[in-house]
Amino acid sequence: MSALLYFERAALALGGRSVFADFSLAVGADEVVALLGPNGAGKTSVLRAGLGLVPLAAGAVRLGGDDPRGLSAQARALRAAYLPQHPQAIWPLSVEALVALGRYAHGGAPERLSPRDQAAVDAAIEACGLGALRSRRMDRISGGEELRAHLARTLAQEAPLLVLDEPTAGLDPAQAIGVAEIFRKHAEAGGGVLFSTHDIALAARVAHRVTLLREGRIVAAGAPETALSEAALSEAYERKGKLVRVEGTLTAMFE
Amino acid sequence: MRRPNNLGAVVFALTALSLAALLAALWLGPVPIADPFADDARTRAIVWEVRLPRALTAWLVGAALGLSGAALQGLLRNPLADAGVLGLSGFAALGAVIAFAFGFSAFAPFAALAFALAAAILVTALGWRARGPASLALIGIGLSSLAGGLIALALNLAPNPGALSDLVNWTLGSVEGRSLEDAALAGSFLLVGGALIFASARGLQALTLGEAAAAAIGADLSRTRALVVLGAAACAGGATAVAGVIGFVGVAAPHFVRAMVGHDPARLLLPSALAGGAMLVCADIAVRLLPTDTELKLGVAAALIGGPVFALIAARLASRGGDA
Repeated sequence: MSALLYFERAALALGGRSVFADFSLAVGADEVVALLGPNGAGKTSVLRAGLGLVPLAAGAVRLGGDDPRGLSAQARALRAAYLPQHPQAIWPLSVEALVALGRYAHGGAPERLSPRDQAAVDAAIEACGLGALRSRRMDRISGGEELRAHLARTLAQEAPLLVLDEPTAGLDPAQAIGVAEIFRKHAEAGGGVLFSTHDIALAARVAHRVTLLREGRIVAAGAPETALSEAALSEAYERKGKLVRVEGTLTAMFE
Repeated sequence: MRRPNNLGAVVFALTALSLAALLAALWLGPVPIADPFADDARTRAIVWEVRLPRALTAWLVGAALGLSGAALQGLLRNPLADAGVLGLSGFAALGAVIAFAFGFSAFAPFAALAFALAAAILVTALGWRARGPASLALIGIGLSSLAGGLIALALNLAPNPGALSDLVNWTLGSVEGRSLEDAALAGSFLLVGGALIFASARGLQALTLGEAAAAAIGADLSRTRALVVLGAAACAGGATAVAGVIGFVGVAAPHFVRAMVGHDPARLLLPSALAGGAMLVCADIAVRLLPTDTELKLGVAAALIGGPVFALIAARLASRGGDA
């Protein structure tokens, strides 16, 4: 199976300081992978390196088989869609115009969408439950709605791989689960998802595999129930914690 | 699309307003003229040889400033940006002054372009990651003050020292006594700058998402940056070479237009150019009609309108916590 994204012994240094090292990970089609770890563990940097936004110090990263830094911005965008940690709409566009920006790499623009573009925009708006808000301005909706609009923009890009930095931060539990279901659907349709999160329970619930980071190195990786052992969680977060199953659903508890 | 698509209507209205302002500029002035299209030598001389070139120059300069303002705001994601605020105009004036003062007046427009380009490169490099809109404006104010100081110095050091009035003319701006050649010069720089800026429109739209996300949707940011820097320098260089420094048109025009067509940076470009042109022709009519002993400088009139708009936007941003 060819991975949509893989890292092989990748290392990144910023300003002379090592951010992550000896990092290996593959995200295949049909797969949701979660990146976990405390603040400053290097999750965001891993995602950015995967997209070629920052150069590696050592090792390799391949996006759809190629070094992302050798690809044009357009070619990259057709392989991976990215939701940054604090997505911005600097100018208050309408929700629909913002989502339509996701069609950039396909040649679409908010005022010039082909039927194909419009269909992708409509589907993304539908998937994120934004139908009633499509003509609302981005500065006149709630924080959760804003985040879902940006998520819809990422989906409208119709890239095989979704790379998302804390896509459920600030969402209520029901909305977070709704987002997790979108990831599952994307994987079931043959796509791949790599997302970072602090929500261990959500990762355990939605991800096929997790990678747990601490200070830029992998503490544990694999299926959530095996990788997120008491020892691994306690080491990563420096606080005794474990995964428990409550009425069939996994959740994390810390002392 | 369900959002109001009134761009066409706004462009039509602003074009009509520009034409009406140009017509009014032919008709109104210190010398009363009953019929600007009358076929007598005196009317022809005043209307076609004095007022028309002056009004056309004002429109083209205003359009260049409005367009470059809208593009710079999109690139730097900052509603306070324009060629005047960021120091492009000041540096363009410095380039032109150096060319004039040292006897190379034929090259003045190109010197203005080169200096505006240098300022544009400098301010985008310094301001690309500026935190908050006001810090970028401060960088521009620094560059503008530097340009003002260097203009005074250049005039002092020149082999044939310039008069104080030269300094005033360059730093406050005017279209008094401009010829059709001046209009043609501003127009050709506007055409080149405009072509570059319109080619950047999609990139400006993408930058709404911030740098990383814009790159991730497929926007080539170095191309966008190069197009806007070159295009804004051409617009500001041409405008300043014929009219001196005229501030705030590039802040005010996009600001007024946003109320009509929304905030999408690509949709703002054409209406901002039209609004800038109409604004400056109207300001120039006001300057000519005011009963003052010596004519008020156009740059002063533009600042009287644009300055409060600038302060208002800055205050609104600050109250929203949009600044560091």
